[in-house]
Amino acid sequence: MSEVTMSDPEVLRAPHVLEFPYSRSVGRDLGAFFTGLVEGRVLGASTRGSPDRVVVPAREYDPITGEDTDGLVEVGPGGVVTAWGWTDHPLEGQPLQRPFAWALVVLDGASNAILHVVDSGSHDAMSTGMRVVARFRDPAARVGSITDIECFVPEGSAPQADRAAGVEPVTVLSTPIRLDYTFSAGIAQSSFLRGLSEGRFLGQRCPRCGQVYVPPRGSCPTDGVPTTDVVELPDTGTVTTYCVVNVPFQGQAIELPYVCAQVLLDGANISFMHLIQGIPADQVRMGLRVRAVWVDRDDLVPSMESVRYFEPTGEPDAPYESYEEYL
Amino acid sequence: MATTSRATGSAQAATAQAYQATYLAAAQDALRLASRRDRFRPVAVVSFAQSRTVEREDHLNEVEMLMPVVAEALGAAGITKKELGFVCSGSSDYLVGAPFSFVMALDAVGAWPPMRESHVEMDGAFALYEAWTMLQDEDMDTALVYSFGRSSPGDIRRVLAMQLDPYVEAPMWPDHVAIAALQARALVDSGKLSEKEMAEIALRSWHDAMSSPTAQVAREAGLEELLAEDYLVSPLRPHAVAPVGDGAAAVVLAAGEKALELAEHPAWITGIDHRIEPSSLGARDLTVSGSTRLAGIGAGVVSPGADDLGVTGGAAVEIPEVDLAELHAPFAHQEPLIAEALGLDASVRLNPSGGALSANPLMVAGLARIGEAARRVMDGSARVAVAHATSGPCLQQNLVCLLAAEAEAGGAVSGRGA
Repeated sequence: MSEVTMSDPEVLRAPHVLEFPYSRSVGRDLGAFFTGLVEGRVLGASTRGSPDRVVVPAREYDPITGEDTDGLVEVGPGGVVTAWGWTDHPLEGQPLQRPFAWALVVLDGASNAILHVVDSGSHDAMSTGMRVVARFRDPAARVGSITDIECFVPEGSAPQADRAAGVEPVTVLSTPIRLDYTFSAGIAQSSFLRGLSEGRFLGQRCPRCGQVYVPPRGSCPTDGVPTTDVVELPDTGTVTTYCVVNVPFQGQAIELPYVCAQVLLDGANISFMHLIQGIPADQVRMGLRVRAVWVDRDDLVPSMESVRYFEPTGEPDAPYESYEEYL
Repeated sequence: MATTSRATGSAQAATAQAYQATYLAAAQDALRLASRRDRFRPVAVVSFAQSRTVEREDHLNEVEMLMPVVAEALGAAGITKKELGFVCSGSSDYLVGAPFSFVMALDAVGAWPPMRESHVEMDGAFALYEAWTMLQDEDMDTALVYSFGRSSPGDIRRVLAMQLDPYVEAPMWPDHVAIAALQARALVDSGKLSEKEMAEIALRSWHDAMSSPTAQVAREAGLEELLAEDYLVSPLRPHAVAPVGDGAAAVVLAAGEKALELAEHPAWITGIDHRIEPSSLGARDLTVSGSTRLAGIGAGVVSPGADDLGVTGGAAVEIPEVDLAELHAPFAHQEPLIAEALGLDASVRLNPSGGALSANPLMVAGLARIGEAARRVMDGSARVAVAHATSGPCLQQNLVCLLAAEAEAGGAVSGRGA
């Protein structure tokens, strides 16, 4: 959270990235479609219906009737634009990084349009009903993706695609997803996070039931009313329950075995998870009294990372009755 | 289309034929549903609350956004959370990029003791449909429906690319404006709509929004000014695209006698249905909204007519005179498309609230259409109102709800849609 900014006096924000390296198995007909793209051709699937239709991209089923398809048919590479929209400002990840047209294209022999882009050079060069042809990437650059067709271009302006032979069947499609967000903590959590950067725990009390929440989310989860009274809590508490982690995992930063525990701060009505250190893992127990060990004053940040771990205070264990409600 | 090859033309004709064959059966099914509405337990909207839609809400988290809205809706109905029979919400975790944010949002209601609850990863209007279904069980009489949407933390044009086919569409990151532009182009080409008419719809929406305290865009503007704007994605200019905004809304539903206890003039749901079309954009006719049409038939808003292959099915469905309609059209060109599908003629007041072009908090704006329509039935300014909500690219899924001051569906047969 070192990138946290405080441009607003009250609210903390930080960049937040969601990334999913999805790999999708493509099945029989979509697999054939993507293999076809690597070969430099477009495949559809014939329906058994009457009248017979050709579904593009090839699918095991007819998207309209849901019935099975039966047999592959090569379509295109030429076709007709049935709808289009011109953009002067391509977005990140879109097929062309210069002005282009999104388009629905019905390939010759196909019964439905596919979504793709047209590189016509200008808005004025676009028209509904215009004939276009697929421009494939170089054979070496094709990976079995819809973007193996780099774009469509007005007919007559693209050379015939180089066909590739002996292509390995495509069985998996890699579709990496990345979405960038600016996470905003809101007022209640910003107050808590700012407290951490000052070396203290700030919770909030419910005006109706009196329960104290830390970290606070601005509301009482029981009563559903705003919690506005800020309560400073001590940095001592009780282990309500815990587990010993023995299994290595990706991204593991702490030596095994280590203890993850729910810590109920004194005066709080909700526990949170943190590390327990300063005691052998096999001696950690429910009711253990612990105290937060903070990072050095200069290293405090508006994040839970300001607390390195909790360690035993040496006090006698808390009686079970004092925390059984929080298990 | 003079350059269309004969082969392409005949293949598309075959698609149209396949489409129509399946549509016929669906239209008959919808008509059957409409004719059986008297078997349903009467359920009404008894209160509605909505936050002001803002371009960026980052002082409050989802819970903090929702709490005042939920409190207002419950307060207006005069009930407490503990009395609710059912709670259902609509939202999308993709908007804020926080998995299971909808679970956290439950804190706005206070889920203790454990309650009957459900969630849809869709607009709150579809959560309302689920709540209406649950209220058909006489074991419960009230339901809270809420929804929230914060689009501002992410880049909504990239986030919404994720709703498309992950194999052959999403890898090109087609944004929702580009996809909608294809539909707008198809409509312009078909002669149904002009760019000028799209601008006029925006002007009317912003003007009407000036009397709405929750709208995000509310102003007077000139037609020439709007038509001089650069295209976002042609033929869509910025004014034809709903503003990106954050907001929340809540509706309280009550059944039977309970509705009369909680509201002086409940807005009775006398018909409700929703339908979905194929996800593949290229397999759909973007110049019509077949799913809106079918949902409209199912909800008793419109009669099947010549456009529906002459389906009559023998079932007599009385179509009431409609005073106003709140249509969820996040793009200007979609408003006339939806109105046409529902057989709403020029006498019907469209989107008196300012509609989605004035405020379109994602996952909320559809529920808000139902709330806005219900509000006008409850305050007596409308006797019969239609509400519509949409989800997915180019009106893929549509919900239609008929609201009336009287519990019985009825009124004059107008013959609309015939």
